[in-house]
Amino acid sequence: MSDLPTAAASRIHGDFAQRDTAAHPAAYTPEYKTSVLRSPRNALISTLNTVSERTGPVFRADELGPLDNDLILNFAKDGLPIGERIVVHGFVRDEFGRPVPNALVEVWQANAGGRYRHRNDKYIAPIDPNFGGCGRMLTDENGYYAYRTIKPGPYPWRNRINDWRPSHIHYSLNGDGWAQRLITQMYFEGDPLIAQCPIVKTIPGEEQVRGLIALQDTGNDIALDSRCYRFDITLRGRRMTWFEAARQGDKA
Amino acid sequence: MNRTTFSPRSPTASLAPVRLPETASQTAGPYVHIGLAPKQAGFDIFENDFGPVLVSPETRGQRIAIEGRVFDGSGSLVRDVLVELWQANAHGKYAHPADLQNLPLDPSFRGWGRACANFDTGVFRFETIKPGRAAGAGGVPQAPHVCLVLFARGINLGLHTRLYFNDEVEANGRDPVLSGIEWAVRRQTLIAQRSERDGVPVYSLDIRLQDTPDGGRETVFFDI
Repeated sequence: MSDLPTAAASRIHGDFAQRDTAAHPAAYTPEYKTSVLRSPRNALISTLNTVSERTGPVFRADELGPLDNDLILNFAKDGLPIGERIVVHGFVRDEFGRPVPNALVEVWQANAGGRYRHRNDKYIAPIDPNFGGCGRMLTDENGYYAYRTIKPGPYPWRNRINDWRPSHIHYSLNGDGWAQRLITQMYFEGDPLIAQCPIVKTIPGEEQVRGLIALQDTGNDIALDSRCYRFDITLRGRRMTWFEAARQGDKA
Repeated sequence: MNRTTFSPRSPTASLAPVRLPETASQTAGPYVHIGLAPKQAGFDIFENDFGPVLVSPETRGQRIAIEGRVFDGSGSLVRDVLVELWQANAHGKYAHPADLQNLPLDPSFRGWGRACANFDTGVFRFETIKPGRAAGAGGVPQAPHVCLVLFARGINLGLHTRLYFNDEVEANGRDPVLSGIEWAVRRQTLIAQRSERDGVPVYSLDIRLQDTPDGGRETVFFDI
């Protein structure tokens, strides 16, 4: 390999732009009580990207099953799960607006009554025998993803004694590089619990909170079948590298 | 563009380059296993689960196990943590097109895995291979290391750290990331200790989210 990388290949392989940590929750957010003993006291140490951070795992379509993105059917045993049928779809882009293809999107959630299928969840609302609550998919070449599910219910949790989570779906994203790794939660337009939630309130800005709220997409409802929500996700983006040779040491 | 009307100080917002804010992080919560490790949540759903074993019989390199525990600021085990690992193959090459190093790929090694702490013992464990040395910034090769990211209830933004090996003393001493940590005393928090079990080297690391009352020092976490 020559010292100067061929330009076309290297331009999309640059370092990731610095994360705007002020747009994310701080580690220590005492209104969300569990964070008090689980947050570092020291400042994070910022490092230059190396090949370790510029790269990340690559997943293949044949590793996923045909029903993995259909939470209505992927755990159905003797009937359909109970609850509001919805489709959630959107695009995964980077901060420069480029699509992120082949990203692994994994989702998990409670059932219609706010009960999780998890050995540690003891909430009184019942398990739905036909609902598992997890799904996964790869974005296509346009960064597009879609899945079908039951709209989750709110549920109570022991933070303060009467705190309730808004309806939400957890998201995990593996994009194109380790530096893009992201876990977040999606909320639903119009839910009054969003404004009261101590976990939502860990986010410092109103604009960032709005970015986690899926919008009703009535134009894409399926008549007499399912409602639709639209939720787009933005990951960190790679800088271009017009003028840089591979960094010294990357030539190894 | 009409050059007679162009002004570099034009307030027109549409002239600004596009830069969207990154979607904000939220905690993975206590039930992260449902989505990312459903068997540990207590049910079976996917045909193919992503797990903590990175090796197949064809994988090249020395088999090792990596074990760890995570402690909170009271010194208590964090039993609901989920850990992901990303590493180079035995030659120091990552299985990704952005790795431009002229080194061999191993088709039997993705370099990624996912493990959960055991709900009783708090131990997470990976079965993998010892990574080779990858290039680092500034012309200095990095010491063998694996990248780790931690997600759990109470953690608002995934915590990135690295695990190095205590039998790589010389390489560790010259590693540009380790030596970039101004406080030399903190570098030790990233060095796993080697032991052996059934003939397989086991590297163990305790990760402390905060300084703990037993004198344990807070692990170094990175903004990558």
